[in-house]
Amino acid sequence: MRISLALVGVTALAVLLVPPLVRLDQQAVDLGAKLLSPSWSHPFGTDDLGRDLLLRCVYGLRVSLLVGVAAALAATVIGTAVGATAGALGGWADRALMRVVDTVSSVPHLLLGIFIVAVFRPGVWPVVVSVALTHWLSTARIVRAEVLSLRSRPYIDAAVSGGASRWRVAVRHLLPGVLPQAALAAVLMVPHAMWHESALSFLGLGLPTHMASLGNLIQSARGSLLAGQWWPTLFPGLFIIVPTLAIAGLAGAWRERINPRRRSELML
Amino acid sequence: MLELHDITAGYGSGAPVVRNATLALAPGESVGLLGPSGCGKSTLARVAALLHRPDSGTVTLDGEPVRGWRYRASRSRRTAFGVVFQQPRLSADPRLRLTDLIAEPLRATGRRHEIAPRLTELAASVGLTPDLLNRRPHEVSDGQLQRACLARALVLRPRWLICDEMTAMLDASTTAALVAAVEDYRTATGAGLLAVGHDQVLLDRWCDRTVRWASLTAAGAGK
Repeated sequence: MRISLALVGVTALAVLLVPPLVRLDQQAVDLGAKLLSPSWSHPFGTDDLGRDLLLRCVYGLRVSLLVGVAAALAATVIGTAVGATAGALGGWADRALMRVVDTVSSVPHLLLGIFIVAVFRPGVWPVVVSVALTHWLSTARIVRAEVLSLRSRPYIDAAVSGGASRWRVAVRHLLPGVLPQAALAAVLMVPHAMWHESALSFLGLGLPTHMASLGNLIQSARGSLLAGQWWPTLFPGLFIIVPTLAIAGLAGAWRERINPRRRSELML
Repeated sequence: MLELHDITAGYGSGAPVVRNATLALAPGESVGLLGPSGCGKSTLARVAALLHRPDSGTVTLDGEPVRGWRYRASRSRRTAFGVVFQQPRLSADPRLRLTDLIAEPLRATGRRHEIAPRLTELAASVGLTPDLLNRRPHEVSDGQLQRACLARALVLRPRWLICDEMTAMLDASTTAALVAAVEDYRTATGAGLLAVGHDQVLLDRWCDRTVRWASLTAAGAGK
């Protein structure tokens, strides 16, 4: 938990502070310094165009985090809207919406994601859209289940008896009740979305290749890996794994705190 | 006049919880409904409060048959009933302070201007201090929360009160205070009362008449 917090803190500082403070051009090509192994002047070494890998990794993480957070937020908003609507309305609306969810989940989501990015020109937003549109399903299911359990509580009966409309019950009583779960789902989604961004970029379908993203870095390092140069693959790989595991660890600790058993011991 | 005729009600596909129950309440009358736990009296109370649609049977309110329950009932019909449930913990939204809990029906029906005077009046009649009103449900005791729930049920001045085991979880002094608050309200407004419970001594002292669960269904089945 503390380790996760520290790692997320360091990551956040790095992506926020390094670009404005370090006035180095991450795109600067220096063919004379290509594929240097890690040393004091280039702690992570350089890539096949002589660009500093530490700097590229930090910029790449920045892009990947942006995509991850934006996609996770968008996916959560879609999922919460669908799940809450299905749960609150019930009946045929619930069945129809959940069949849509089942249908979309029956398609492998990476494949669907690839299909969606392929429709657009390469860029950041198509990746965000692709990841968001393939990842709202689990949130919709979680939120629907939570709404269904809240819906049968006597305080909803009391609200109905007090003259509240369907809309008011949903907005005033149901939605605030599912927000903690939805927020947790959003945080858990961030690492997943980052992996997807990396996967899409690695397949050459995600971000434009000049843009430093962790997936792009690993993709362009493939050639040199076969030639025995391990550093252009290892360091971006660690940059994907370590922060995402740290975020997942934090989300896990948070889930422990809000899980219903603990909550009921504290409140009921 | 509130008439429940030949009501059969249940949940989902299982056997109905209530079978052929018949009960009538005259205007302003207080009726105690006495029955063992799990017999279906709470379900019948929810049917009467227009919160649960029965599988069959008719509910007549002031001579007019009820056609819709929950959201399908018109707002004026729904709010003609004030409902107090057995467990205050479950019938209070955990995020609302007690003031908001009590004022919520006024907000929901667009009568915000009445909030301040009604709150002062009701807090006094159910015995809640201003300090308690600013707390959230988990910061008050069951008895204090049930007082707030009763205030919420009274805030729209309902013509009928449905108290479903209102005092089952409470101590004797809180029970006495809540029953007194209900009776004060009824004396002032002439509202009718359906008090559901399993405590015969309490219901006999509280209500004009007490009916046993078995007699409701027997009367229904006999027809």
